[in-house]
Amino acid sequence: MSSPNPPKTITFISRSTPYGSGRAKACLDMVLSAAVFEQRINLVFMDDGVWQLQAAQQPKSIDAKDLSAALSALPLFEVSNIFAESEALSSRNLDPAALAIDVKACSAETIAALIRESDVVYQL
Amino acid sequence: MKLTVLVYSAPYSTEAAYSAYRFTASALAAGHEIYRLFFYYDGVHNSNASSAPPQDEFDLVKAWSELIKTHKLDAISCVSSALRRGVLDAQEAARYEKEAASLGSQFVLSGLGQLVDANAKSDRVMSFGA
Repeated sequence: MSSPNPPKTITFISRSTPYGSGRAKACLDMVLSAAVFEQRINLVFMDDGVWQLQAAQQPKSIDAKDLSAALSALPLFEVSNIFAESEALSSRNLDPAALAIDVKACSAETIAALIRESDVVYQL
Repeated sequence: MKLTVLVYSAPYSTEAAYSAYRFTASALAAGHEIYRLFFYYDGVHNSNASSAPPQDEFDLVKAWSELIKTHKLDAISCVSSALRRGVLDAQEAARYEKEAASLGSQFVLSGLGQLVDANAKSDRVMSFGA
């Protein structure tokens, strides 16, 4: 399939826990597919989605694949605009400096601005 | 307007899949173009032709199938979501040596690239069941 033109700005909002449902994985798969087709991508973690960023996950104990390992592939797909809502992190006692991958901690206002500047928004 | 409808939810579990159907039918009736229907995640159950609801209940899979056939819509079920949930076409059933193929004849299994393509070519993508 030819690369869709022109590229659009797509914001993905990932707001589900990593293993409680398939939503986090499904959202990441959408991000990676869009990245393959060279769209402009923002990835935002908010609400329970920030649990995906927890370092040292041990999903083998529940026979699950390590989602945070998959997240670490994002730079290979040139997805670098990755954000996490500060309040979602702090209310869950997650340190922005000690997460599984590098993200930009940001305010709800920043996320609102990202949404306004996007052509399309997906949330899962 | 050129629209793509993205469905994340299974029939009967929540109202979202039915709402997506009603939206699609209404958009077509209002003269809009549906570029693609994309069934993703639990939404692939909308393409399971083995769905057999009681006769006095609305048959959503049948309704989707008739709408797709009437308007010659492009209806894709995400292949990776569908295989996990046992919604297989004959080719996949043979490949994985499964007993039954249940994908409805109006639907096609394909990848997320079809959603990215739809995203690029549509004026709006409407999501149901997120």
